[in-house]
Amino acid sequence: MAQQIARPSLGHPRVLDRARARPAVESYSPTRSDPWTALWFLLPSLLGLILFLVVPLVASLVLSFTNWQIIGQARFVGFSNYVNLTTRDPIFWQVVANTVLFTVEYLLLNIGIALGLAVWISRLSWGKRFFRLAFFLPTFMPMVGIALVWQLMLTPRGLVDGVIALTGLGLPNVLAESTLALQALVLLTLWSHVGYNLMLFGAALESIPESYLDAAAIDGASGWQNFWLIKLPMISPSLFFGTVLTAITTLQAFDQVYALTRGGPGSSTATLGYAIYNQGFVTYKMGYASALAWILFALIMLLTIMQLRLQRRWVHYDQ
Amino acid sequence: MTSDVIDTRPWPRAMRAGLHGGMVLLVATFLFPFFWMVSNALRTDAEIFAVPPRLLPDSWEWGNFSAAWSYLPFGQFFLNSMLVAAAITAIVLVVSSLAAYAFARLRFPGNGGLFLLYLATLMVPQAVIVIPLFLMMSAIGWVDTYQALIIPMAFSSFGTFLLRQFFLTIPRELEEAALIDGATRLRILLTVFVPLARPALGLLALFTFTGQWNSFLWPLIVINGPEHATIPLGLTLFQGQQGIEWNYMMAGATISMLPGFLLTVLLHRFIFKGIAIGSGLGGR
Repeated sequence: MAQQIARPSLGHPRVLDRARARPAVESYSPTRSDPWTALWFLLPSLLGLILFLVVPLVASLVLSFTNWQIIGQARFVGFSNYVNLTTRDPIFWQVVANTVLFTVEYLLLNIGIALGLAVWISRLSWGKRFFRLAFFLPTFMPMVGIALVWQLMLTPRGLVDGVIALTGLGLPNVLAESTLALQALVLLTLWSHVGYNLMLFGAALESIPESYLDAAAIDGASGWQNFWLIKLPMISPSLFFGTVLTAITTLQAFDQVYALTRGGPGSSTATLGYAIYNQGFVTYKMGYASALAWILFALIMLLTIMQLRLQRRWVHYDQ
Repeated sequence: MTSDVIDTRPWPRAMRAGLHGGMVLLVATFLFPFFWMVSNALRTDAEIFAVPPRLLPDSWEWGNFSAAWSYLPFGQFFLNSMLVAAAITAIVLVVSSLAAYAFARLRFPGNGGLFLLYLATLMVPQAVIVIPLFLMMSAIGWVDTYQALIIPMAFSSFGTFLLRQFFLTIPRELEEAALIDGATRLRILLTVFVPLARPALGLLALFTFTGQWNSFLWPLIVINGPEHATIPLGLTLFQGQQGIEWNYMMAGATISMLPGFLLTVLLHRFIFKGIAIGSGLGGR
């Protein structure tokens, strides 16, 4: 029973160990041509990854140490892009703060709401599938289209404004107000993507064997005890997977920023993803933008490593 | 499924009714932006900012959809998006199946280590590689072409990871007979693994297609005009026009969401199971 559930997910050491320890080789047909066959099978993906991922990755690191601007001679400038960014750039720290604030706030809300809704829906006796589907609907839709709809609702004299005006209160122009604009981005991103984690946690909750909850009932466990002592530990691998994936994608937020606020007002909603685009493809400072991109990459690695370390404290892998 | 014996106890009947009622209200609120989008797509421009706001259009302007279709070349955007998303999906399916088979079944030095490297590439943010990629595309003269939209985006290792997990669950006995008969590895992949892995391949196709349909950053960078623009890029071209025509924009947004809507509604059971597999819950 226990083996059907809570299998290790991406990033768990055991999956990786397995990949190392048992690379799917057994005694039958140990043909000598295997390495060559493997090479042919891997060639398309290897070539693609090298050409369109490894080479650009290395090139971007090199670029980040130059002052490349499309036109003119590129010069090697050492660490000066990084130094300028962190000491002279008027908006760099604001952009970092925006990105971190956006990610942390969004991550907490997303995981909290997705988990709450998943547990709520799992307790219902009808309509589970429909409710999950409803929340999932925006997930496969373009963020740009979604941002346009929210822009229409939030724009001055738009729906939100109009409804609040009916109550006699005025609403400041949400998208022109620096603190509110970032909250609008959080709200729109939640609306568009909370459904994915809801599905993920919902599937994990359904995979908890009845026998566990029956046993708890015999022991007289309360609803809260069921949640904290059985459900939460049992779905912790999915919680972990969802958290890591959501964090990686949220740090890169770009589409909704571009479509809803273009980083404004001022640069109050400019995220790192938006700043990279802006430096690289609006002002054509490719070297400078590459340095920014590597700072984003470093932030992603840092957060992922932190989460991998923390997982030992709270994620339960049942074997 | 949790047992009713336990679950009824903490939640009395009235509370259960409340839980359902509350959820219905919540879902209705959640779905409201969709309603508002379609309702505004069917209005005259003048009616969009009517005071007080009206839920439904006064006159239903179905013509807005065809007007939006020609206002900017939206038909072209739609075809471009279809072509690009379908082509990338096809390449991803082939390339990932081959690599996943090698990782799951073939013996070669460094199998485990190479697989870890493949996994690590999933962490690389797109923003880091788009600048050199753009320079590459301009060096070979591919800027503003279909191949620039398709080729560099067709090699994510997510598919290799997903399919490998699935291939590992296929019993070895199924291929042994074929191997003894002297079938080639490629034949085994095509005749044994691909048919058995249809759910995983379908899932990969679904995620790749929708992901590419929604993709925005790369088209924004590498495409210059409406000729090769995909739908998300086309929508932002609407934004750039003088004086936003909100009704056309909402019609465009509605069109952009149709494939995602249809795929989600038609395949929701499959998605629910698939997301569990993708996270390693149902794989191994």
